[in-house]
Amino acid sequence: MNDSQIRGAEIVIKSLVAENARYIFGYPGGAIMPVYDALYDYMDQIQHILTRHEQGAIHAAQGYARVSGQVGVCMATSGPGATNLITGIADALIDSTPLVCITGQVVSPLLGTDAFQETDVVGISMPGTKWNIQVRKVEDIAPAIAKGFHIARSGRPGPVLIDITKDAQIALGEFNYVPCLNIRSYRPYPKVEDHIIEKAAALISQAERPYVLFGQGVILGNAEKALHAFLDKTGIPAACTLLGTGALPESHPNFVGKLGMHGNYGPNLLTNQCDVLIAIGMRFDDRVTGDVKRYAKQAKVIHLELDPAEIDKNVKCELAVLGDCKVSLEKLTEKVEKGNHSEWIMKFRELEAEERRVVVGNDLSPTKVGLTMGEVIRHINEFKADDAILVTDVGQHQMVAWRYFEYKTTRTQVTSGGLGTMGFALPAALGAQLHDYNRQVVCVVGDGGIQMTIQELGTIMQTKAPVKVVLLNNNFLGMVRQWQQLFFDKRYSFTELDNPDFIKIAEAYNFKVQKVDERTDLRQAVAEMFVHEGPYFLEVVVEKEDNVFPMIATGSSVEEVRLS
Amino acid sequence: MNKRYTISVFTENFIGILSRITLIFTRRGINIDGFTASESREEGIYRISIVVTTSEEQIIQLSKQIEKIIDVIKAFYYLDDEMVFQEIALYKIPIDSIDSGLEKVIRQHNARIISAEKDFVVIEMTGHKEETQELLEVLKDFNVLEFVRSGRVAVAKPMETIDKYL
Repeated sequence: MNDSQIRGAEIVIKSLVAENARYIFGYPGGAIMPVYDALYDYMDQIQHILTRHEQGAIHAAQGYARVSGQVGVCMATSGPGATNLITGIADALIDSTPLVCITGQVVSPLLGTDAFQETDVVGISMPGTKWNIQVRKVEDIAPAIAKGFHIARSGRPGPVLIDITKDAQIALGEFNYVPCLNIRSYRPYPKVEDHIIEKAAALISQAERPYVLFGQGVILGNAEKALHAFLDKTGIPAACTLLGTGALPESHPNFVGKLGMHGNYGPNLLTNQCDVLIAIGMRFDDRVTGDVKRYAKQAKVIHLELDPAEIDKNVKCELAVLGDCKVSLEKLTEKVEKGNHSEWIMKFRELEAEERRVVVGNDLSPTKVGLTMGEVIRHINEFKADDAILVTDVGQHQMVAWRYFEYKTTRTQVTSGGLGTMGFALPAALGAQLHDYNRQVVCVVGDGGIQMTIQELGTIMQTKAPVKVVLLNNNFLGMVRQWQQLFFDKRYSFTELDNPDFIKIAEAYNFKVQKVDERTDLRQAVAEMFVHEGPYFLEVVVEKEDNVFPMIATGSSVEEVRLS
Repeated sequence: MNKRYTISVFTENFIGILSRITLIFTRRGINIDGFTASESREEGIYRISIVVTTSEEQIIQLSKQIEKIIDVIKAFYYLDDEMVFQEIALYKIPIDSIDSGLEKVIRQHNARIISAEKDFVVIEMTGHKEETQELLEVLKDFNVLEFVRSGRVAVAKPMETIDKYL
């Protein structure tokens, strides 16, 4: 044995430190114990957050990654520990979130023998990861972690899983960390072609009713300023997807609203009236397009996209501008002619006024007895800081919060978009808060979703992360109930919940709590929540059977968006 | 319209790469008609040929999805007439079926006997699927005990090579 040799477990930790990982979100267990033992000596260099469930660990890592732009790291043991990560892995893949997940594995001689807590996590996670690997030798640990970080964060980001056998963790080896900068078979940034830019610029300059749709690619590519400059010069109206929200301040004169099933009226409807559709860092999800056969057929589509596999996947484009959208946008801004589309933008404003009259007024300033989710968000807007982060779960509250929260800066929106993972919000809010204890993090969550990961109240308690949890309680799985009302003859099959006393639960976890069921108490309660320095739990009992509108029903076209 | 395509995939030698590739077909519910893998001209780089019957739209998407796999260097797709390809077939015939008719069949089909054992002979034929299938039909009169056909080995007619992607 050579003096310079250390155990594989310590190599794992030193590699994470070398990658400047600030947090490990994890949960210990048999097959990962050597790594946890090594971690004991490195607590001054890397912080471990002990969640109450591995799913909580990975969603917290996602929340951290989404807000910080850094790779989120999570760790779990073999078998059930590893399988509990799978939902988060699938979520991170579809929402392009950079993660490195490290799982322990049984000792290599026992692989394939159905050993205690053995599961083929490399096989199980294969379709959900951008890349994964099983490491069985100590000398392969550091290179695998280096490669994992490079893959997770470069190009279109995504989750990576590294499964390390316990014998590799125990074995001795040299530590010599070499960051991975290049992989022969992997080209994360296709080169932006100048002749394509020329063509795109010409198309855009000639357009009469051009329309920009932007998605999370703008945020992931740090292209917010480039988008801003492009819109300033061209005067083109722009709408965002769910995950693109915040990339452009909503106060920008060209910003016309949000796309998708519960997005805004005008932005959906007018998709079928533009002549050139400029899609930037978005992937034409079916929740955005509605019936794709009746989606923007009249328009020439220009698609600015980093991932070649997204081109023509859902919507055929006239011109694919492959590459980093920051680069493409900067080049395009240089080439396009200065434009003004104020008349065209007026059309959006007219429809916006109609939406305000029919929907928004009733949502934000209701006259009926029951509290609406919308008015809760209105009061949050009143008291929140400009850079407050909104973390939501999945369902009605998610759509309402997204519609009405005032997003003023980038990376202020954290939600499970593509996968629609209930239970995401509470742990993701914790991760988001850990990025910056001084930022406001508001976790808006429903009574269904919170109960999927409610144990993470314990992690918030232990970390003292000052998360503001706003539970919008309608004692229903509201979005499913809405669909049952609209499409299944009000047959409310298993959507009504007999709920526990959430306030008692939150109190047991040392949260400062408040419950509101009268309009007269709401504003004051929200104000108090923001003043409180520690974790806060506000339960608002809202109208039992409220619906989210506008809505594009499944199978409908964007122009069939309904206001009621 | 569905046509027969061959996807030619060049990959690093990485454990699990075959699973990752086949998952892409599984997910879209596309059946793989033929599959072969071998080392390519470049040491350490593997070449996988996958035959599928599908539409042009799908084959483009499939190729891009395959290329997105980190350890895949490049995926090309070709129609049958853009490739030169062969498959090998083996036919096991019991010794008591052998008569002068068999010799004629073997000659006509450009097949050959590659092994003669006490109880049986093994006939080998290379060619396109239609040709090896035709021989199978004929040999049925001779009581074929076993039959096996390989996946397709194929080289492309276009002169583009993998070199520029390395």
